[in-house]
Amino acid sequence: MSPNDLTIVAAGERLRAGDLTAVELLEATLDRAHRTEAQLHAYLTIDRDGALEAAAAADADLAKGVDRGPLQGIPMALKDNMCTRGVETTASSQILSGYRPPYDATVVTRLRDAGAVIVGKTNLDEFAMGSSTENSGYGATYNPWDISRVPGGSSGGSAAAVSAGSALCALGSDTGGSIRQPASLSGIVGMKPTYGTVSRYGLIAFASSLDQIGPLSRSVTDAAVTLATIWGHDPRDATSYAGDYPDPSAELGRGIDGMRIGVVSELAGEGYEPAVESAVSSMVESLAEAGAEIVELSLPTFEIALSAYYLIAPAEASANLARFDGIRYGHRADGSSTETLMARTRAEGFGPEVTRRILLGTYALSAGYYDAFYGQAQRVRAAIQDDFARAYEQVDALVSPTSPTVAFPAGARVDDPLAMYLSDICTIPSNLSGHPAISVPIGVDGQNLPIGFQVMAPALGETTLFRVAAEVERLAAFTARPVLEEVAS
Amino acid sequence: MSFPTGFLHFPAMPIDIDIAHVARLARLDLTDDELEVYRAQLGVILDHAAKVQSLQGEPQVASAHPLGFVNAYRDDVVVPSLDRDEVLAAAPETEDGYFVAPPALETG
Repeated sequence: MSPNDLTIVAAGERLRAGDLTAVELLEATLDRAHRTEAQLHAYLTIDRDGALEAAAAADADLAKGVDRGPLQGIPMALKDNMCTRGVETTASSQILSGYRPPYDATVVTRLRDAGAVIVGKTNLDEFAMGSSTENSGYGATYNPWDISRVPGGSSGGSAAAVSAGSALCALGSDTGGSIRQPASLSGIVGMKPTYGTVSRYGLIAFASSLDQIGPLSRSVTDAAVTLATIWGHDPRDATSYAGDYPDPSAELGRGIDGMRIGVVSELAGEGYEPAVESAVSSMVESLAEAGAEIVELSLPTFEIALSAYYLIAPAEASANLARFDGIRYGHRADGSSTETLMARTRAEGFGPEVTRRILLGTYALSAGYYDAFYGQAQRVRAAIQDDFARAYEQVDALVSPTSPTVAFPAGARVDDPLAMYLSDICTIPSNLSGHPAISVPIGVDGQNLPIGFQVMAPALGETTLFRVAAEVERLAAFTARPVLEEVAS
Repeated sequence: MSFPTGFLHFPAMPIDIDIAHVARLARLDLTDDELEVYRAQLGVILDHAAKVQSLQGEPQVASAHPLGFVNAYRDDVVVPSLDRDEVLAAAPETEDGYFVAPPALETG
């Protein structure tokens, strides 16, 4: 096995045993990227010089016995909506073409302090709006399992890089499922932490009450150790949680004997592919055999969660994206007045999906429609939080498919926004509630396309979440990897 | 999927979307053809989104934060901020340490 195909934990053992250097690990990772990027287009920017410097520093530290923890010397990728000082950061939008931030996002600072090696910036749907990574202003990303299909989105570049071995782990952001759904479609682990536990300082905002940064990785343990590195209170984020944080790894490997696990009856049926439903049912049976008590639960508000999300998220986006005005950074069009300049700049700089959501959000917030749309969506959000609270009186964790379908063909949903939005029907409730959730790969369908299994837990319930996810991973014993067509780019 | 019905506190779906007005509010200079495409797409999306109006039970107020945070304040102490020259370097046009923009109102 090439070292860039290892897990973080396995690579860390070899780095510390002296069997592998961080520079060798990085070179293997860059070589894989070189051979796969022409097909996949996972990266927008590869920072070869910065990465080599960080890898050499990691080797020097390790040689001196300075141990910065599990991410030291590990090649990682960052979704391109996280600011990196001096390295182009576009959020896949033409409006930010050439933008080099004067600061690092808090997660980037934490990764650097932990000795991680940042390989580059990965592709996404523009401003993280989408479920296929086809809405990028710089061209689509494709799925390593089948390059005629999408990797999911919006963190599709991060998912494709980890799946293909052009990073060992990546960070994504999840507003409606944008970590978990691409992880599911790309056969890897993807985790959204409790809202407020990972700083959003330096994350280019989409919907501030929903956005959360989290890991995409090859194993549940890798996700847990990455989370433990990036989370924690940050005074630069006013929504950052300042209390005690649990240990995500505390109960890994403990099994699930005696736990109560809820199956959400609303997340099944029409629109769900038979292979997905069958794999999820088999896993639920396996969890029962492993000692869990399975409880069927109805959470009726989940059926209107998608509708609430597509009012709340665009409303917040329409306000957040007002900052892109052609005055302080990014693209600028000509105009004889400020308003003309702004309106032309924005029409030229934003792609169709971003324009659509700004219009939708502006409408939902406009006089006369506010109560019927945005106000009512916020009431639905409260009702969803109530449904979750009632469920967690009966069970320790909830499970469902991550996505109703496996990876779909490129182009299949680009002209039908509503069909694309339905990709996130299983993941959106956890964003509206702010609770943690994770997708774990459990198998493939008849076309060798991966299927993901979602575990959800209460706020700050990461220890339980990872405990259940680790058992799902053990029971699934999913070891399949994509067969890559390597062509030098 | 089926949706619960009843509990309609709100007026029925507006049929007409004044898309040109919405685009003006959003500061998006779109062509008439573009506006028509977006108007039709918004109609379909809003028809689905209007299902939020089917929520049953007493109206409630949502918190945007799952951990129940209301507000967060820091001490009122001056701390270093980003370097002005570095920030201005990203701007399309600057002069004497300021951003340059055209007049707020059309002239001439």
